[in-house]
Amino acid sequence: MSAPTVVRPAPARPAPARVPAKRRAPGARLWEASPLTYLALVFAIVLSVFPIVWSFIIASQDSDAIYDYPPRPGGLLLTNMRHALSNDDASLILGLVNSAIVATAVTVSVVFFSTLAGFAFAKLRFRGRNALLLATIATMMVPTQLGVIPLYLLMVKVGWTGQLQAVIVPFLVNGFGVFMMRQYASSAVPDELIEAARVDGCSTWRTYWNIVLPALRPAAAVLGLLTFMQTWNEFLWPFIVLNPNTPTVQLSLKILAAGYYNTDYAQVFAGTAISVIPLLIVFVLFGRQIISGIMEGSVKA
Amino acid sequence: MTVRSGGTLRRRYRFSRLDVRVSPYLYVAPFFLLFAAFGVFPILYTAYASLFHWSLLESEHTYRGLSNYTDVLTDPLFWNAVYNTIGIFILATVPQLALALGIASLLTRRLRLRTGLRMGILVPNITSVAAVGIVFGLLFADRYGLINWVLDSVGIPIVEWRTHRWSSWAAISTMVDWRWTGYNALIYLAAMQAIPRDLYESAALDGAGPLRQFWQITVPMIRPTIVFTAIISTIGGMQLFTEPLLFGYGIPRGGADNEYQTLAMYIYQTTFTRNFDVGRGSAMSWLLFLFILVLALVNVALIRRGVKGEAR
Repeated sequence: MSAPTVVRPAPARPAPARVPAKRRAPGARLWEASPLTYLALVFAIVLSVFPIVWSFIIASQDSDAIYDYPPRPGGLLLTNMRHALSNDDASLILGLVNSAIVATAVTVSVVFFSTLAGFAFAKLRFRGRNALLLATIATMMVPTQLGVIPLYLLMVKVGWTGQLQAVIVPFLVNGFGVFMMRQYASSAVPDELIEAARVDGCSTWRTYWNIVLPALRPAAAVLGLLTFMQTWNEFLWPFIVLNPNTPTVQLSLKILAAGYYNTDYAQVFAGTAISVIPLLIVFVLFGRQIISGIMEGSVKA
Repeated sequence: MTVRSGGTLRRRYRFSRLDVRVSPYLYVAPFFLLFAAFGVFPILYTAYASLFHWSLLESEHTYRGLSNYTDVLTDPLFWNAVYNTIGIFILATVPQLALALGIASLLTRRLRLRTGLRMGILVPNITSVAAVGIVFGLLFADRYGLINWVLDSVGIPIVEWRTHRWSSWAAISTMVDWRWTGYNALIYLAAMQAIPRDLYESAALDGAGPLRQFWQITVPMIRPTIVFTAIISTIGGMQLFTEPLLFGYGIPRGGADNEYQTLAMYIYQTTFTRNFDVGRGSAMSWLLFLFILVLALVNVALIRRGVKGEAR
């Protein structure tokens, strides 16, 4: 990857001006959406949505109805959800609460440290800034999953296995967040504002807290959403370091599924539905922001 | 009125100079310290542990040099896992990126309901891996799976998805494709929108059709992004764990004859079950790290050359 540029694409490209048909450039044909374009996209979306819809259908049936084809929705969604929630082995409610705690803690920390470091990288001058920024980008390329064995040994040593801090503390920062905030701060906070604050005797901390942080709010919100969803969905590390007594929601799901393979699919699928619904709500409410976050975050090279 | 003494002023001045000098480091320090502790240190420690006979069941660790590595490299199950990982990775990545390119080029057009369409494409990515594993596990179930029902109703013999290598690979790759195609499409879309439109207009004036424009303008122009997604997919694909684990009912063995046991699963099985062999698991982790590095470089080289060839 080459060095990052400060350039970000405009979140929404202004729609090309409508040109009367006769004067349209020959290339314009490429930008027009034919019915076929819509058809292809709708097909792709149907494929994207179908497994989710299907899992909700299974979750709404009697568990024997799984053998009936084609699948038809039943009226037992809430009953099945109640069964899933009251399954003692899976402790889904505890899993949901734990995941909410973990994801919130990680999100607050990632957003805080990322805005702080992003501000420093974008707006403060210090020796070694470029080298440190490059190092930050390099950390995004490190497959940290390869470190889980020593991380586990470390957790054993400090006695954190089976405790929530084991899945919080290692994820308090990430390079992606720092880089994303740095890119946004470069363009969203004018240098003059920082200078003016300094002339007025503002300390660096107050400049961050009163000027930079409010300006970064939109991007910080997107980073927060992405971090929250990612933490909520984390599987491998909780699977290794936690145990069934302190599950996260993904671990509860795994226990639910493993215990009930071949038997009560309706309950298992009601459980997956419960775990996915919070994310779907977040996605419906903030989909636009999440999409712009992914698209902007990707422009790095 | 308060009169400031020279002392306070001097102290303020000194504080402000210190502030300007030290604050930047204080602000970036938490990131680097935490990453060093939980990112870098574990990977280095993996290298250290790989040189020992080291089991979670024993408190004694004896140095054994590179023996863990030679053991691993002569272990057929290790090579089986390498084979599975690379096979699933290719099946999961090539169609995924190709489809993502196609979808992205459709999304660059002038569309109604733009946000709605993008959200529809992205929705698989927000579901959790565990949920995907469970749902697709039943889609690909032998007797009551939806896929087999469809196959059966159109007269194709049903497939026992978990008993053959090809079928388990196909099922697992489908999960990965499903979850990540939309995400990559959005990344490509962002890159495509940065391409100046005059390029297309002059190409159209020269008589280049949409397909030629796609191969000769779009693809070369977003080449860095394609390399980026290929590398990210490599890093993810080499560490594939949750999908095959849940496809196999949560058992790290990956099929009766390890048909779909990936490297990450084998490392997990070696380290956290059976003999709890940390030394050997660490050696495999390091080898996996090297694989990822080599593959990432190959990706860069291949895509660079491939696209240059097309452009000529």
